Amino acid sequence: MLEIRNLHATVDDKPILKGVDLVIGDGEVHAIMGPNGAGKSTLSYVLAGREGYEVTEGEVLFRGQDVLAMEPEERAAAGLFLAFQYPVEIPGVTNMTFLKTALNSLRRGRGEPELDAMQFLKLVKAKTKQLGMSDEMLKRFVNVGFSGGEKKRNEVLQMAVLDPAFCVLDETDSGLDIDALRIVADGVNALRGPGRSMLVITHYQRLLDYIVPDRVHVLAQGRIVRSGDKELAQELERKGYAEFAADEAA
Amino acid sequence: MASLETSPAAGSAGHWVDRFRSEAAGLPGARLPWLLERRQAAIQRFAEQGFPTRKVEAWRYTDLRDVARLPFAAPPAAAVGIDRLPSVLDDASRGPRLVFVDGAFRAELSSAGSLPEGVTVASLAAALETMPDRLEPHLGRVRPSPDTPLAALNAALWTDGAFVHLARGAALDRPIELLFLGVGGEAPAAHHPRILIVAEAGAEATVIEHHAGLGGVYFSNAAVEIVAEAGARLHHYKLQAEGAEAFHVATTTLAMDRDAAYDGFVLTQGARLSRSELRPWLGAPGIECRLSGAYMVAGRQHADHTSVIDHAAPHCTSRQVYHGVIDDQARAVFQGRINVHQDAQKTDGYQLNRALLLSDQAEIDSKPELEIFADDVRCSHGATVGDLDEEQIFYLRARGIDRAAARSLLIAGFLMQAVEEIRIEAVRDGFAEKVRGWLDARAAGERRNA
Repeated sequence: MLEIRNLHATVDDKPILKGVDLVIGDGEVHAIMGPNGAGKSTLSYVLAGREGYEVTEGEVLFRGQDVLAMEPEERAAAGLFLAFQYPVEIPGVTNMTFLKTALNSLRRGRGEPELDAMQFLKLVKAKTKQLGMSDEMLKRFVNVGFSGGEKKRNEVLQMAVLDPAFCVLDETDSGLDIDALRIVADGVNALRGPGRSMLVITHYQRLLDYIVPDRVHVLAQGRIVRSGDKELAQELERKGYAEFAADEAA
Repeated sequence: MASLETSPAAGSAGHWVDRFRSEAAGLPGARLPWLLERRQAAIQRFAEQGFPTRKVEAWRYTDLRDVARLPFAAPPAAAVGIDRLPSVLDDASRGPRLVFVDGAFRAELSSAGSLPEGVTVASLAAALETMPDRLEPHLGRVRPSPDTPLAALNAALWTDGAFVHLARGAALDRPIELLFLGVGGEAPAAHHPRILIVAEAGAEATVIEHHAGLGGVYFSNAAVEIVAEAGARLHHYKLQAEGAEAFHVATTTLAMDRDAAYDGFVLTQGARLSRSELRPWLGAPGIECRLSGAYMVAGRQHADHTSVIDHAAPHCTSRQVYHGVIDDQARAVFQGRINVHQDAQKTDGYQLNRALLLSDQAEIDSKPELEIFADDVRCSHGATVGDLDEEQIFYLRARGIDRAAARSLLIAGFLMQAVEEIRIEAVRDGFAEKVRGWLDARAAGERRNA
């Protein structure tokens, strides 16, 4: 579904990604782990198309389409979704308005008819129910006054409503206590399926106890330096990332 | 009357003084000596001061020369037919409504509905005929200021407006709508709508003051007087949606007594030049005064929001939250003065003006002024000016919303934060709708130009 080939990217002219290769198949969940500064968040922003992240080499293909040539909103319409590490607060805009505007933008982008207020309400209520969330969250301004856990759950709700084919979860576990982590992970797991692939980016192994990946990759110094199955995550938890940093230095 | 003279600085004040001379005998209440006296004193004051120039500190940022030099006539006598009345309310929340077209009361467009005991909603001219004793203590007597020559002009020349009276403990659950339509004829016309609201002890009501224009060059010079007696609760929401060529100046004075609460909001989107000036007097302990607003201006519009809040008694709070959006070559002015008198210990004053500049040529002049003579007070003010936040834009784009729509959504959100200050839900929804309407029209305009 997603193919990253020899991806190089710079931020403020500083090379961060130095040749990332990654292939993620339909319905697969891959995890990227790595030390701080390895380029994990850069990879997620490059995939989402954030300004200031310049791709200097390589390509990203999503269902055969050239992702890097698309605007952020076109990527979203194509079915890419980034769950933010730090979801942005939008005062004055309710979650309901935000979700409806987003969904109808995506539908327009795909040439599908827009949903009216009633149709949308029905859909969103089904999703909150599925995720065990309260409808009260819909009336609040986007992420304003939300706890860390609520912000991450709100990302999962957006994922559920927008129904993307490919999700990047950037440090979804950061700032969460174990209860909040479990709730968020349950939400993500509820959205797993054969039609949806995920890339879970995390520093710690504990998230992967709840969202169990098919493959685990280690990103260090801007490259994937090792890949394995879910056992690799546990090994990293025991040994830490020192080995990869040492490899680089050697 | 022969003693009336205009000072050299008063510019074209003479035009208005002449108008007063010729019209005075025919103005409402001309047979009431007290009123005639007040009108004469008012025109005298206006004659002395004339239209304020930018040399006057309070008018430094707003230039009235265009108003001063236009030969505004009385509005055309012929009644204009109106097919559709604008409103901020949906039909289900509608209550009594008074409609004025070019300053004249139009009974056939108005509906008083069935009012509860102790509530009076009438045209000011009609009330002057039937209940002058109720008006006499207040009309022109609610904290008049020597610094408001345009309010004086209104006090001299007003022909009609609204009178809302709430007897002790009276309450009205539906909003009272006062609709002032400016139609404008072939020649520039002026009208001077006047509103008097008196809420006796413990009374409660919501008043919507709606100014709308159907085009043409006209000058609406409004004066609003509000009396909130002990424990009265007033919600007063103003929508200024005058025509694109109109001038709108409004002076609102407000006298509040012990434990009274005032929840005011002004949404400004119309007129080529407008000024909404609020002057509340917090004269007894326990008063809560909320004066917020939102403004959205484009093209070459000029919108001025000025307030002078007097904390003259201890233990009162005032709160102002203004959010404004300024596009093209438009200009906005925010002047907020808070005077905390020596006795006003434990004053809690809060003031915030945030402006979004959407073009390089848009301009905001923000001038907060605190003058504090008491020592145990909490007063804060803030002003921010900026463009939209790129983080927020990216977040929305990452969810599939294109840049233009993202900007529009963020502008709406920015304005909605101020609209949230409105405490009455039906009105809040109506005002939110007006904000969205403005943004939709703007977006449609951009698409046409694209």
